[in-house]
Amino acid sequence: MAPKIEITRREFVKDAGGLLIGFSLADAAVFPRVLSAAAGETITAPSPSRLDSWLHIDKEGLVHVFTGKPEIGMGVGTAYSQIVAEELDVPVNRVVLVMGDTATTANQGGVGGSTSIMLGAKPLRNASANARYLLTQMASKRLGVSVDDLEVKEGVVRVKGDASKSVSYAELAGSGDLNDTLKVSGTGFGLNVEGPGKPKDPSAYTIVGKPVPREDLPPKILGHFKYVTDVRVPGMLHGRVIRPSGVGGAFVSVDENSAKAIPGFVRTVVKGNFVGVVAENEWAAIQAAKALRVTWTAPKQAFPEQRDLYAHMRSTPVKASKETLKRGDAAGALAGAAKKVQASYEFPFQSHATMGPGCALADVHTDGITTVWSGGQKPHELQKGYAELLRVPLDTVRVIWMEDAGSYGRPGFEDTGADAVLLSEAVGKPVRVQWMREDMTAWGAKGPAVICDLAAALDAQGEATAVQFTSRAFSGGETYFRPGDAGNYLGAQLTGIPNTTGIDEFAQWGAESAPYTFQNVHAMAHVVPAFYDSASPLRTTHLRDPEGPATSFATESFMDEIAAAAGVDPVEFRLKHLDEPRAKAVLTAAAQKAGWDTRPSPKKSTAAGDIAKGRGIGLSTRNGTYVGTVAEVDVNRKTGAVRVTRFVCAHDCGLIINPLALRTTIEANLIQSISRSLKEEVTFDRSNVTSVDWVTYPVARASDVPDRVEVILINHPELPSSGAGEPSSRAIAAAIANAVFDATGARVRQAPLTPARVKAALDGIGRV
Amino acid sequence: MSAASLKVNGRVHTVDADPKCPLLYVLRDNLGMLNPRFGCGVGQCGACTVLVDNHAVRSCQLTLANAAGKEIVTLEGLETNGKPHPVQAAFIAEETFQCGYCLNGWVLTAKALLDTNPHPTDSEMRRAFESLVCRCGSHVGIFAAVRRASEPAKRSA
Repeated sequence: MAPKIEITRREFVKDAGGLLIGFSLADAAVFPRVLSAAAGETITAPSPSRLDSWLHIDKEGLVHVFTGKPEIGMGVGTAYSQIVAEELDVPVNRVVLVMGDTATTANQGGVGGSTSIMLGAKPLRNASANARYLLTQMASKRLGVSVDDLEVKEGVVRVKGDASKSVSYAELAGSGDLNDTLKVSGTGFGLNVEGPGKPKDPSAYTIVGKPVPREDLPPKILGHFKYVTDVRVPGMLHGRVIRPSGVGGAFVSVDENSAKAIPGFVRTVVKGNFVGVVAENEWAAIQAAKALRVTWTAPKQAFPEQRDLYAHMRSTPVKASKETLKRGDAAGALAGAAKKVQASYEFPFQSHATMGPGCALADVHTDGITTVWSGGQKPHELQKGYAELLRVPLDTVRVIWMEDAGSYGRPGFEDTGADAVLLSEAVGKPVRVQWMREDMTAWGAKGPAVICDLAAALDAQGEATAVQFTSRAFSGGETYFRPGDAGNYLGAQLTGIPNTTGIDEFAQWGAESAPYTFQNVHAMAHVVPAFYDSASPLRTTHLRDPEGPATSFATESFMDEIAAAAGVDPVEFRLKHLDEPRAKAVLTAAAQKAGWDTRPSPKKSTAAGDIAKGRGIGLSTRNGTYVGTVAEVDVNRKTGAVRVTRFVCAHDCGLIINPLALRTTIEANLIQSISRSLKEEVTFDRSNVTSVDWVTYPVARASDVPDRVEVILINHPELPSSGAGEPSSRAIAAAIANAVFDATGARVRQAPLTPARVKAALDGIGRV
Repeated sequence: MSAASLKVNGRVHTVDADPKCPLLYVLRDNLGMLNPRFGCGVGQCGACTVLVDNHAVRSCQLTLANAAGKEIVTLEGLETNGKPHPVQAAFIAEETFQCGYCLNGWVLTAKALLDTNPHPTDSEMRRAFESLVCRCGSHVGIFAAVRRASEPAKRSA
């Protein structure tokens, strides 16, 4: 039995000294026991039932917090610091976070589903409340007064009315461990702990809810911040991967001489169809990957012609079906309708296309401790998957999360890590891999293409009585969003490991959709089979708000189509079919601030010139968050070009932790959504994705940014916090399409709304 | 390989590297200056931006040979005696960026723009930034930061 190394919080922090603020490249100084682990030793992850697995107060009074949740660029780390500081009554800058290190943080499932505050903050809040409980008990004994007679100010416990009698957290923590046992419930995202110490009532908050500047931004802007791309370890080599000729292309041979002359070239690594090069420096690795002559078999013609994509999705037999909502008798109402409205909407494959292609560093020791530095947003899942890939016990693999470029779901950072693991295992040295741009944009997994068909019944009075929804979409989970299996990774699939964990994930109208109250609703979802079962560049996974933008493009465009058929203003129509006060409130707030011109769409414009102006609205709900967004657009009737000139977004996610970080997160969601609504569409031929860079996969640029972006934050301190990472991206394509319709009378039902598509729609109907 | 002399952030370094190697990798791997970041390698995004003779330049597109003898400034070189450059201070004040991986391009392009045009109009600013990518969509804060940096007198008044 291998001896186990358990890193307690105390040892960890003692060893760490003052180096924990941010990441120190002197990793050996931070984690000496881990890195010096000898062959045969293992690392045990902290148990969530121990209070000191969550936080530790050092002798300087710094509160070290350990969370399995990474920060992926939206400021959740600062929000966590506020929550901890609030419960402990310490200044927020006394909180130091360690995030996403599998050796020192509990498994909270990583980041996903906009749940980092909604669920992920709970154990931190409760652990902090229990630390305060314990510390005030200790202070009570020390000061000889009851806990009720104590108060805490800036990390000092003192007797109420007698500030001379006090003791600091630092002094208290120095006299004993915070090793109380907490009651654990749930796992993954839902992991929670509870103890006798109860969190504050939100009415008492003084730190939560305040606009605290994000702690990561000054170091980033000043150039002091270290991303995963910046990790360097002694003896490290650089790797690059060479992908097959296309989907299903098989490795035949490699001419190693083709790269040998490159100074710094070390060797080629081939395992099945996985091919990589390793070199002493990055430039050599890049040159070698380019120069290496690899012979592949011809790829399969596994994809349809791009222009036939939606026809293929309609004609191919579905793989799975699910009824996601049934209320009343929609079919009956439609059969007896005085008027029927029908429309179909199409949303393309889209790419995460993160700003930097994925990067990871793996230091593999199959007879000792393997360490992988990764920006993947679910580090504890990666630990499982990489252990399986290496066929070693879980407790011999440590994944250290460090921030990479954005993330937006399961972007491919996970696969980059697997590539680094495979290369490091082969060469017996630490290998850093950064993908090239085409590895990310072309070979990263994609958000699925989705078709939604909708129908509505209007009765003789013009009232909407029924809505029917049917989707046909690729599963959002051909590559499972939890990357905890070896077969999940592209590189592993290329070595021959099958992906056995894909799931049927439906593009659905259901519990997660806007809560319209139509009397009769029926929603069905069908999954279209994957094009190819292994290592396909058109495989799917989670991309920010999985299926949300696609299904909401359909449903929220369709609400406007019904409203137009009924001759009703789009906001009024929605309000009429909603009971939920929070949904109504965000619509009303956005419309009011925008100075919404109440009238049916389209606008009967008499304006001369090429530019038509319009306004549209979209409602989105997600896990308790409500968002209403007004888009104002200019449509160039001659070219079909659409420019969003203004957004007004009203956002309600319950209790707001940090209005500053929340506002910038929403603003960025809106701009990224312009990109996905107007520009982004993965292109492909019969065997390959042909979107390989920023020219072939265009995204929003400076000229696409609206003149005005106004965000209204609706705070509900009496409600729990819900998510904010995704909900505001959900209905933007629809809000823009609705505004285009309002401006021109042309309805565009295929995303993205490129000039060509808008022009075609305009030509179809002529000028209005 | 051959030795080249490279002036970065006011200091002259002797680098032994392939003269055809892009400046990006020389800075990152030979000099350990990690701020210019690899984004696309083909000059389409700006994540690798540095200032060369006070012009914002894509370091993935400039060879070591062509960079030698020039005045190169990287993001961390903007600070003076630990004091942020006013452009950096403006970006910090506006809480700009989500992940921030792209920001070498935005901050250094803003600096170069404001040095030649201290009060750019909205369309001048957009034109100067059109070749940059911010995948997270932090443009609202970016524009606000440039406006803030272009009006220091008004701000402090």
